[in-house]
Amino acid sequence: MSKHLYINVWRLVRFILRKDRIRLPVWVISIAVSTIVYGAVIPGLYPTNTDRLIMAKTMRNPAITAMLGPGYGLDNYTDGAMMAHFMLVFTHLAVAIMSILLTTRHTREDEEEGRIEMIRSLPVGRLSALTATILIAILSNIVLSLASGFGLFALGFESMDLNGSLLYGASLGTIGIFFAVLTGLFAQLTSDTRATTGYSFAFLILAYIVRGIGDVGNETLSLITPLGLILRTEVYVNNYWWPIFVSLGVSIIIFGISLYLNSIRDIGAGFIPTKPGRRKASIFLNSPLGLALRIQRTSIIAWLVGMFVLGISYGSILGDLEGFLSSNDILGQMLPTAEGMSLTERFVSMLMTILSIIGTVPTLLFVLKLYGEEKRNRTEQLLAKAVSRNRIIGGYTFIGVVTAPLIQLMSILGLWSAAEVVMDEVMPFSTFLKAGLVQVPAMWIMVGLAMLLIGYLPRLTGLTWAYLGYSFFVVYLGDMLKLPGWMSDLSPFGHVPQIPMEEINTAKLAVLVLVAVVLVVEGFIGYNKRDIEG
Amino acid sequence: MSILNVSNLTKKFGKFTALDGIDLEVNKGEVYGFIGPNGAGKTTTIRVILGILKATQGKATVFGKDAWKDAVEIHKNLAYVPGEVNLWPNLTGGEVIDLFVKLRGSNNVSRREELIERFDLDPSKKCRTYSKGNRQKVSLIAAFASDADLYLLDEPTSGLDPLMEKVFQEYVMEAKEQGKSILLSSHILSEVEKLCDKVSIIRQGKIIESGSLEELRHLTRTRIELETKDSVDSLNKVKGVHDLEKNDKTIYFQVDTEELANVMRHVSQFDIVKLESAPPTLEDLFMKHYKGDGGEA
Repeated sequence: MSKHLYINVWRLVRFILRKDRIRLPVWVISIAVSTIVYGAVIPGLYPTNTDRLIMAKTMRNPAITAMLGPGYGLDNYTDGAMMAHFMLVFTHLAVAIMSILLTTRHTREDEEEGRIEMIRSLPVGRLSALTATILIAILSNIVLSLASGFGLFALGFESMDLNGSLLYGASLGTIGIFFAVLTGLFAQLTSDTRATTGYSFAFLILAYIVRGIGDVGNETLSLITPLGLILRTEVYVNNYWWPIFVSLGVSIIIFGISLYLNSIRDIGAGFIPTKPGRRKASIFLNSPLGLALRIQRTSIIAWLVGMFVLGISYGSILGDLEGFLSSNDILGQMLPTAEGMSLTERFVSMLMTILSIIGTVPTLLFVLKLYGEEKRNRTEQLLAKAVSRNRIIGGYTFIGVVTAPLIQLMSILGLWSAAEVVMDEVMPFSTFLKAGLVQVPAMWIMVGLAMLLIGYLPRLTGLTWAYLGYSFFVVYLGDMLKLPGWMSDLSPFGHVPQIPMEEINTAKLAVLVLVAVVLVVEGFIGYNKRDIEG
Repeated sequence: MSILNVSNLTKKFGKFTALDGIDLEVNKGEVYGFIGPNGAGKTTTIRVILGILKATQGKATVFGKDAWKDAVEIHKNLAYVPGEVNLWPNLTGGEVIDLFVKLRGSNNVSRREELIERFDLDPSKKCRTYSKGNRQKVSLIAAFASDADLYLLDEPTSGLDPLMEKVFQEYVMEAKEQGKSILLSSHILSEVEKLCDKVSIIRQGKIIESGSLEELRHLTRTRIELETKDSVDSLNKVKGVHDLEKNDKTIYFQVDTEELANVMRHVSQFDIVKLESAPPTLEDLFMKHYKGDGGEA
């Protein structure tokens, strides 16, 4: 290929750096710093050999392997081996996300918005934009690799030597580069931004799942996914460098293909034909509720699946919890105290509170969408039809009220099915169910608060997040920090009975539900009285 | 018969007075032009009529019902096209049209297909890929596909090409022939002149001129182009003559409509060779109000 295809590529590199001068450093620094911080903290949590061997026993189960990858060096579970086992897979996911977003932003998104067209009308080569973007991705990932590698080595743990630390860093950068060129390829194949990110994330999720299945039962399956291959570096155990070189080699080939595809296609075009959407609305899209569900469909499904996975990940550590918690003072203090209850039971009740607070995040997102729609001038168009305000706010309230227990159900199912695999003696499913569903009235209160604010002070809906953050703080750390009781009484989650340690208190729950109802009704009244913004 | 009635409508946002005593009346079978510069209060007025904003003072009634209290009832027979059409990026145009039609409670499938064809819209594309003009088409199709008695159209053609503008005008005329009423806010004065029976001009939240186009024309000047055998003198001293210009033998000037007879009497003394007069355009009227006399706009 001739040189004129790449004219002004370095100018574009500088231009991209200028555009991303805040976003890119934030990503790179956050990932590098959290790697180093976890590298420093994790060994301290399990200071002795015995602690680590107990941990290694916990980690030796298929649920963990599926989630975190195979444990290397479990017989001699050094600080480094443990840290890499805990952290690598999730850090790889974070780096991949960074690269996907970075690459899409400067390739297909710029093209779709017509910015590439303006650049290309200047003396700039046809392949310069793609090349500049990939160069930036390579540069950021090299910086990330070196910062993480040297940072980990500088912590000075005996088992985290220079070679291993640099390999740790290099594995992050390699995954980053791989997903950058892969997204670059999808940017050529598809013709809009959403499809580019969609395909890239679908590939990432698929790679994670296939690797999980492969790690549990089929080595070949793992080796063909980038996420599985990279774990064969066996960082801090055997320190193999070959997976790095294989991955980089594959990346070069993918990059070559995308350059070729870019050189033969028209601007704005792709190779995968966009499939036309529906010409007519389905029978479900006939009401404000139908619309609210339709526009949030993907997000609702993704959150339900996400909560299930989160449940699994919490559940998979329940296995050797007793031995582990009794030897760990800090974690022990965080648990509520109760006579005659096992540590596992106390732990489950705390887990349920945490899961329900995390589950409130999507619930709030679903209902606060109502105000987002108003700000984008879309609610106005619905109200101009024969649609009352009550029907609109009612639709969103309905979604909030129904998704709260659904979300709880998903995380309970995840928690329970993982517990079933890893625990010798599992608590009955009904106990999990009770412990989870008893949180729902507190979640409804958060929905009610959101509705109240939308009704009267829509600009302050951000307060719901602050309140949720406060709830998390007092409920999660309240016992450990010995916070006074009234602080947790201020949160609805502080009033929920802690099952299995406490009995269900129907009167208390009824009061919580009543508060939620009053908030929602008040929100409806306010929403009917105020101007619709836009 | 009055379909839409707005009387002494005032709307304040905090201390800012957006509308200050607006009066409007649209009768059955009437196309009513609502013109004014950006930020004058056109959209705010329409939003109050829709019951989306609550009037601070005064009243808006549609079909004899209160715009705020009976909004849902009114909207069953009302169609609205906003100036800035924001649609859901992950829905197709066809889905949005169907949703809008269903939410009003009517459904006329053949009409929908006809409109989609006439406006040349691809309903299978996601709204995120539509240009401004295409989003407006979605809204217009949904509006005309429903059997409404009152149409509120807020600058509906600002993104359309001339061909589509013509299609739009045909549908407006068709609706008028069927005895429907239309409130058309617009910047395109030639369009208002072509379609509207009556016009109101709004500026800084106040209606400053209202009436039929004929009535409004009387408020402005007629443009005269004149050629005479004898040279005309002292024309600049005649009452009602403005902007006098000479070019060789031809004289150009403007005359206040009420002084036209006097001026004609004066110039007829000079042996007229050629006389052309042009009626005032809406644009002249608009300019007079916005930069001429007031000087502040």
